[in-house]
Amino acid sequence: MPDRARNQARSERLVDDLAHDLTPVRPLPGPARRAALWLGAVLLVGLVAGLILELVGASPFDAPGFLLRMRVPDRALAGLGAVLTAATAAVAAFATSVPGRSAAWSLLPLPGLALWVGASGLGCLRGWIAPGTDLSGPVGHGHVTGTGCFGFLVCVSVPLSVLILAMLRRACPLRPTLTAALGGLAASAAAAALLVPFHPHDAAATDLLIHGVAVLGVIGLNLLAGGRLLSAEPAPLTPPDPRSRASGPAR
Amino acid sequence: MALDEELAALMAAAQRGDAAAYRALLKACLPVVSAIARAKGVRGEAVDDVVQDTLMTLHRVRASYDPARAFLPWLRAITQRRAIDRLRRAGRQPREIHDPLAYESEVDPGPAPGQGLEARERATALARAVASLPEGQRQAVEHLGLRDLSLDETAALTGRSKGALKVNLHRALKALRARLNQERS
Repeated sequence: MPDRARNQARSERLVDDLAHDLTPVRPLPGPARRAALWLGAVLLVGLVAGLILELVGASPFDAPGFLLRMRVPDRALAGLGAVLTAATAAVAAFATSVPGRSAAWSLLPLPGLALWVGASGLGCLRGWIAPGTDLSGPVGHGHVTGTGCFGFLVCVSVPLSVLILAMLRRACPLRPTLTAALGGLAASAAAAALLVPFHPHDAAATDLLIHGVAVLGVIGLNLLAGGRLLSAEPAPLTPPDPRSRASGPAR
Repeated sequence: MALDEELAALMAAAQRGDAAAYRALLKACLPVVSAIARAKGVRGEAVDDVVQDTLMTLHRVRASYDPARAFLPWLRAITQRRAIDRLRRAGRQPREIHDPLAYESEVDPGPAPGQGLEARERATALARAVASLPEGQRQAVEHLGLRDLSLDETAALTGRSKGALKVNLHRALKALRARLNQERS
């Protein structure tokens, strides 16, 4: 079969081209280290944003109110759940972006997610059953309210999503949609965790709904944009096809 | 897992920029990749396309291989993804199924399963039959029938007369026919 032989010769030529094109690369660090890097960037973003708000004098952060709110178990648990979700979803996203790693890594954020959603729901339930324990009156002098926290969540999630997608793209996400969804979950959970110190409200049903919509919206955006972004094949370094075709008839 | 260790060492050297190791690695990957592609259901020339797609991807994302981990799972994951991409693309290409005649007369270009086996069996049966002929008849069949020499050449080679060769060939064919028919029934 001459076609077969020609194809195999093309593969051999491709090997030569690629070997010719070789430049040293540094192996990417493991998923946990890359996730830690991203989380560090998240903290930095949070600190810088907080500092800017402080300097402008518009900081909604009040330390005593934050400490008081953290004494309420379900609010502390919800915050902890958001932090856990952000960290585990980031590790899972980076793990699934490496070829040969199991897709089961995507289950890693589920416990944190359950804690986050469960504790938030519990807080909402508490407001319903025992209205007297609502802290929203005395504690907050909140600037971040209602639509404000929706805006905060989206505005913080988007740059964090962009950052994590850019980092994920450096590996080789063979399941782009799954990886992008995990990245979106990590970004929105991180945004929710950053919101905790600034959020004077007690978890009310409308509040929870707004948060849920924001988180799902961010994940959806990541799915739409990220799935395509991560699966896009960048142009190859050496275009082997035209060259091999050009030298083909000469043989 | 000796192959995996060898490939992992080559890949680690390639990440450091060793072109010779990289070439050896890619050459060693060719049969592995085509085997994985075939196992995924890719057939014919598409196998070579998958091999080339996989090599290009491997080259582009070579930094994502962690030298502390096994190489073959990494390679398999990339190959399987490229094989699925290829199958999907092939599935989107239109095929002539509106024309029943063309559809039914489209021949599978690959060999049918067991085809080589049958041919080989027949060849060994024939070789055995030829080998069992008397010396003169065997020479006549081998030179005249199989090697396609002329009567003069065969006569010069074997030192037999042309008449004797003709008689030998005739008898040999008769004997072979009888023997092969008998084997078949």
